[in-house]
Amino acid sequence: MTRKAFVMPMLTVAAAMAAAPALADETADLVVNGEIEMVTRTAAPAHVDGLNEVISGWVFRSDETQDLQTDDFDNPGMIFVDQARDDFETAMGTEGQSCADCHESPEELAGVRATYPKWDEERGLVQTVEMQVNECVTERMGAEPLKYDGGDMTNMVALISSVSRGMPVDVAIEGPAQSVWEQGRDLYYTRTGQLELSCASCHEDNYGNMIRADHLSQGHINGFPAYRLKNAKLNSVHARFKGCVRDTRAETYAPGSEEFVALELYLASRGNGLSVEGPSVRN
Amino acid sequence: MADNVKPRVRVPRQASAGETITIKTLISHPMESGQRKDSDGNVIPRSIINRFVVDFNGENVIDFALDPAISTNPFFEFESVVPESGTFTFTWYDDDGSVYTDEKEIAVS
Repeated sequence: MTRKAFVMPMLTVAAAMAAAPALADETADLVVNGEIEMVTRTAAPAHVDGLNEVISGWVFRSDETQDLQTDDFDNPGMIFVDQARDDFETAMGTEGQSCADCHESPEELAGVRATYPKWDEERGLVQTVEMQVNECVTERMGAEPLKYDGGDMTNMVALISSVSRGMPVDVAIEGPAQSVWEQGRDLYYTRTGQLELSCASCHEDNYGNMIRADHLSQGHINGFPAYRLKNAKLNSVHARFKGCVRDTRAETYAPGSEEFVALELYLASRGNGLSVEGPSVRN
Repeated sequence: MADNVKPRVRVPRQASAGETITIKTLISHPMESGQRKDSDGNVIPRSIINRFVVDFNGENVIDFALDPAISTNPFFEFESVVPESGTFTFTWYDDDGSVYTDEKEIAVS
């Protein structure tokens, strides 16, 4: 750990916080459990025009929030990962199979989260981790699909993400996925809603600035599913998209929709090179 | 009974005699305050962990009283002096009468 430790009497801290918003220590390094070293800043991939450096959302959070992610015991998102670990072993559907019958352990799925969303040759479309989970649930296990942004699904995605932590995000954007990626890029730069904001208005042009009380990040999705302190649960990427689009005062696309899958592919590719952090802790 | 209640505890495996150690505990629990209403306007009944006790070799270390304003998945971190090898027992009491327990051994050299 190379984080700076500030030793201050509590009263001083309280007074300082009342005077100014608690801004992040932007030079800190993220090491989880004292062993997984995360890349939180790296050179932007060549296909990203608007950024020189890509920065994880973790960097923009306050010291206290940052600390929560450095240890699995302190990270409240790991509670949900544990729940998914139980689900992983639970047989469901007409086939009487559990995830563990094919995959043995979640650790076998290491690396999955880093390369998704991914082109699926057989189906001829870009698949997210959620879609892949539901493919197993419906086709191999003979069960009802999980709700795309429901708790059980998000927890399962967090489990799959947790075993890839520290691996660099590396989604493929060329070949058959390219047209979907371009659709995602167009969505990213399209202004929507009564406020006429695009994703780029906040997360490319104004990251690092305050939007009222919030410190704007670059909006990467390497930390998803993210445990948010505001609602005390894991939040899926598409639920976050929905929240952002709603905040522009627009009608949103549905979680799991073709548009959000395209946007997810594009956004994931913007963060190529950052570490998979999910489940991360954000405010 | 509240769903998915799962206690977890972190205690160092070993320590030297008289050392002060840090103990972290977390229990997943909704901690429904009893102040909220559902979409039909009915009050959602209170369901919280109301007491949390830690003993070491039968001697009480700490005894928390929990109230409805405590948020979901209560986390406690505290320090304890360990004079000898032994067992920490952790007990959470639920409003519905359920009792959840966990134990951790520590070796003192």
